[in-house]
Amino acid sequence: MELNRSALRGMVAAAGILGALPALGQSTFITVASTTSTEQSGLFGHLLPRFEKASGIQVRVVALGTGQALDLGRRGDADVVFVHDQAAEEKFVAQGYGIGRRQVMYNDFVLIGPRGDPAKVGGGKDVLQALRKLAAAQAPFVSRGDKSGTHAAELRYWRAAGVDLDQAKGPWYRETGSGMGPALNTAASMNAYLVADRGTWLSFKNPRELAVLVEGDTRLFNQYGVMLVNPARHPHVKAEAGRRFIDWLVSNEGQAAIADYRIGGRQLFFPNAAASSPAAR
Amino acid sequence: MFAYLSSPKGAGAGPRRPREADMSELLYSFTDAVRLIAALDPELAGIILLSLRVSMTAVLVSAAIGLPLGAALAIGRFPGRQVIVVVLNAFMGLPPVVVGLVVYLLLSRAGPLGELGILFTPAAMIVAQTLLITPIVAALARQVVEDAWREYEEQLRSLGARWHDAVATLLWDTRYSLMTVLLAGFGRAAAEVGAVMIVGGNIAGVTRVMTTAIALETTKGDLPLALALGMVLIALVLAINVAAYSIRQFSVHRYG
Repeated sequence: MELNRSALRGMVAAAGILGALPALGQSTFITVASTTSTEQSGLFGHLLPRFEKASGIQVRVVALGTGQALDLGRRGDADVVFVHDQAAEEKFVAQGYGIGRRQVMYNDFVLIGPRGDPAKVGGGKDVLQALRKLAAAQAPFVSRGDKSGTHAAELRYWRAAGVDLDQAKGPWYRETGSGMGPALNTAASMNAYLVADRGTWLSFKNPRELAVLVEGDTRLFNQYGVMLVNPARHPHVKAEAGRRFIDWLVSNEGQAAIADYRIGGRQLFFPNAAASSPAAR
Repeated sequence: MFAYLSSPKGAGAGPRRPREADMSELLYSFTDAVRLIAALDPELAGIILLSLRVSMTAVLVSAAIGLPLGAALAIGRFPGRQVIVVVLNAFMGLPPVVVGLVVYLLLSRAGPLGELGILFTPAAMIVAQTLLITPIVAALARQVVEDAWREYEEQLRSLGARWHDAVATLLWDTRYSLMTVLLAGFGRAAAEVGAVMIVGGNIAGVTRVMTTAIALETTKGDLPLALALGMVLIALVLAINVAAYSIRQFSVHRYG
């Protein structure tokens, strides 16, 4: 019964494949709530194997917007939070949800828009001036609208530029409520302007007509910080392993690994942990 | 992911391939899909295996719950039955993202089942998908068994079959139709992204499945790779359906 035997063999093979699947990871691991910019730029893919090799600790990254990542920490669903919205981070620590915040690295935001630049905002360094022109021209603008670190920064720039979004908002200002990548996809397909972090922009593969129009303004500085979720509040937090990860990130080895990460020859993140050593604060 | 398929973005920030027409993009994606499968990429294999493991386990669990439940609703006559039937039918359209949120709030450390510590693990994804497809399995099984019951009711009654014998007989008798029901459940589980993204977290190597990998590549703007992964997923579901169909044909031939 040739057919019978082959069917049987198929079933045994299928059972073998299902049975041989790796069991749930039993080794030491920590859960890190982080941002889409660090994950999607490929930085974690570059850093984590080094840390895992040095420490034997597996790092599981859940990549969300900064607001959402902090919320995970608040609920105790992560051991470490690694995000980029200094004001929100300091509030997180002040409220007792996190401890031992350290600065890790920075990169910068860029104002992106269609190469042709119909609103004529490009060329200069002044991001506030550029935003005023965009509001005046009512040029299509894509906002993250998702309480991420980049969204928080964008809202800060509008305020600093003296543009009252509640009044100025119109069909030109589009809140997509999405991550950096989807927002870039949206802007690319409708030739809109937007504020993006440089890391995600450099690793983004569907830019179409988009290009960097304003960069280099000191206000576009984008600081990343890391902190442990407070074990006093959430006793299950893997404090020791989490601290080792934080310590490694700010160590010479971790900082060098961050500086090493490049896309197309360009450095994406600039380590600056030394500036925030606990003694210096 | 799958770096060998893409080249680094150049200084001109252009797409990795010439973009003459959208048709050629589809073609590139198709060849990428073939290359991904042919290369037996270990990362992709891990993602596929996890997808299968999560969705098949969810189907097995929802079959264990949904088939008896559907049969009981088909045969039983008790108060509230019609309400349950209508609710089950409606829940076939549960939005995955809502199921994901509910399971997230249940499994979160701040939630009632937080002690389990299974958030962001495959187990959490199985729970979410089971909740998502059990109504589908139960509602469709109810319809299938009810139709068979109408046909055999008199016969079974004259044989003096008790209700649980009737359930077993009818489930066995309609097994081929019920297999299609389970395939529908599997299709829904393997295709959804909203629930597993929230409760799994799309962690590389731990909870990344086909659909969340596709969503990730889309957000990174690597649309051809995302589409190629989508084609792999469709091929996978197709292969499972072919296997199921072959088993059915074989059994019908052999056992009639």
